[in-house]
Amino acid sequence: MIAPKRQPRGSRTLVLLAAGALALAGCAPGSSAPPPAATPQASASAVRTDPASLGEVTLNVWDQEVRGGQAAQMEQLNTAFQAKYPNIKLKRTSRSFDDLNTTLRLALSGNEPPDVVEANNGRSSMGAFVKAGQLLALDPYAEAYGWKSRYPDSVLRYSRYSADGKLFGEGNLYGLPQVGEVVGLFYNKSKLTKLGLEPPKTWADFEAALAKAKAGGEVPMQFGNLDKWPAVHVFGTVQGRNVPAEQIGTLAFGRKGASWNTPENTRAAEQLVTWVNDGYFAKGFNGQGYDAAWQAFGKGQGVFLIAGTWLLADLEKALGDDLGFMLPPGATADAAPVATGGTGLPFAITAKSPHPDAAAAYIDFITNADAMKVLTETGNLPVADTGAQTVKEGPQQDVFTAFGTATEKNGLVPYLDYATPTFADTLGAALQDLLAGKAKPQEFLDTLEKDYKTFAESNG
Amino acid sequence: MARIMAGPPGEPRRVAYLYLLPAFVVYAAFLLYPIGRAVQISLYDWDGLSLGTWAGLDNYLAIVADEGLRASFVHALVLMVFYAGVPLVIGLGLAAILNHAKVRGLGFFRTVVFLPQVIAMVVVAVAWRRVYAPDGSLNGLLGALGLDSLTRGWLGDYTFALPAVGVVGTWFETGLVTVLLLAGMSRIPLELYEAARLDGAGPLREFFAVTLPSVRGEIAVALTLTVIAALRTFDLVYVTTRGGPGESTSVPSYEVYHRAFGLGQVGSAAAIGVTLTVIIFVISFAINRFADRRIS
Repeated sequence: MIAPKRQPRGSRTLVLLAAGALALAGCAPGSSAPPPAATPQASASAVRTDPASLGEVTLNVWDQEVRGGQAAQMEQLNTAFQAKYPNIKLKRTSRSFDDLNTTLRLALSGNEPPDVVEANNGRSSMGAFVKAGQLLALDPYAEAYGWKSRYPDSVLRYSRYSADGKLFGEGNLYGLPQVGEVVGLFYNKSKLTKLGLEPPKTWADFEAALAKAKAGGEVPMQFGNLDKWPAVHVFGTVQGRNVPAEQIGTLAFGRKGASWNTPENTRAAEQLVTWVNDGYFAKGFNGQGYDAAWQAFGKGQGVFLIAGTWLLADLEKALGDDLGFMLPPGATADAAPVATGGTGLPFAITAKSPHPDAAAAYIDFITNADAMKVLTETGNLPVADTGAQTVKEGPQQDVFTAFGTATEKNGLVPYLDYATPTFADTLGAALQDLLAGKAKPQEFLDTLEKDYKTFAESNG
Repeated sequence: MARIMAGPPGEPRRVAYLYLLPAFVVYAAFLLYPIGRAVQISLYDWDGLSLGTWAGLDNYLAIVADEGLRASFVHALVLMVFYAGVPLVIGLGLAAILNHAKVRGLGFFRTVVFLPQVIAMVVVAVAWRRVYAPDGSLNGLLGALGLDSLTRGWLGDYTFALPAVGVVGTWFETGLVTVLLLAGMSRIPLELYEAARLDGAGPLREFFAVTLPSVRGEIAVALTLTVIAALRTFDLVYVTTRGGPGESTSVPSYEVYHRAFGLGQVGSAAAIGVTLTVIIFVISFAINRFADRRIS
């Protein structure tokens, strides 16, 4: 074997590499990004609201409406839009929630981002995009199309940010959602009847029902927390029974002036632990996937399921009229409703879009009164005009009543993971720790408090 | 005609660099530039969207200081055992048996053993997620054997989640290692075995004296590939556990992805990526150095 001839080239390569690195250092990352201050503002008078007069336009739309009823409504509305305005061509890119979340960041920082995007409301998505000047403030369009009168302000606040992206829940409007959602109790009617139970009227009733289901050999509550975030909805629901709503709002929007270290939050955490110890959750829940869990509930495993209304279409298909839905009951039967909820992902317009008028017309088309009817027909929960829809008795009506009641009585509290850019992780991991008994309630709250305080202090 | 030549024939000339240029341009554009850029970004505090600010070595110091991140590197090292160590042991045994026994239908067995490699890792992960589910087939099997006390949600268990992910790696890599070793063993001249047998060596002695030294090169290749696969594990963790329960299966690659695309801490993500690259480089360099030296 001939040994290869080696020459000491190493040092020269290093010098070359170093020179290359120096050349790169000339431009800081992000220096090609637009200055954040220059957020484009269209004025109400300049807004054109007749799509037919906009000429030949191609709109790139990125959405996450891939699941059953969501996909159906989107297709139906897009087809109707194309038929009505043939001059505007829609190019739809549809990705699952997770995929959209991760690709959107790259797409928006490019030079030709899509025109209309469905951006998650949270700080690390919409907040970061606003901060970077990548989204268009929609207030002039909201005025021109009358969005502000059709949508309750408690709903619009989930798409509001200050122009610098720091404050969440107030400021400019950056997106408009199609659907509403609220986390509540799905229940299996025939199982309740078999156990001799009624849908619970109070929180104590609910806990009694869980105990009775356990004694009756049923899975009291279906639950799968492998994906980390499902427990956030369960904890939020328990927290809503123990902590005043405005405190939850302050914590969840990441504003100063609240604390996780309160007796109320401790009680909520302890209640959750009690449920684990009493065996109310499905076995091995930390190792069960979210989808697998609700599918199991659809197959009749489990009496209750704490989940959002987005599962309605799929669960109704599986359980039919055996399915029931209700807002989480309060301490007394006539207590004001408190439920985690908000809107589906809002549709936003990118700042670099060359066709903001067409984009706004599209957003208006998929959220107007006719669109709300389409949403209802396809089994979705329209965020506006909810009371005006007629639906047949059964689970769908339960959901419409629940959401209508919650918005009417101002009972929606925001998702807890909105609080800080890292809070979804902090809370997800902390809840897994809490539920597995790896962390005591106090340690759990300390972890949350640290993340919340650090952010709220630095955010001013 | 006078021959224009700088030196004696066969010696390297400057023009040689010209021939290297096309390949180098591609290499530089797709590899050197991105690496340089990643190193540069790792020195900044950048959210991926707006202008970054200079951070010096802060991102690297944070890796050392952050307990969670240190843990993720330890998890990657644990996965190395499952991805590289265990498959090597199984692969050596399996290949020796297949090679020695001259079984009928060797091609068939080789294909079966190699099959996991053909499947996309995401598909593998989704399938194993079902296997490990509380109502999955693993628990079903344990239940059928009367071992109900052992059943659990494997991926949600703080003790077993990481080994469970590791076992998927073992299942995935064993085929590759076996086929590599099998190829190496089939090239060993039979005379060597004959000589060993004449010297009175049993099958075990034969394995350690003849087979093992002969496939050292293949072992190095197999270890390099599997160790790199272990250290850059991402899709498996992403699909099965998302780093949970708690943080017990977090790995550096997942942190890179998560920080860059989830949290918008691109500088920190780049720093982890660069660190991981250096670690991979050092380990594979060591493996190959080790194999080279023993051959000569």
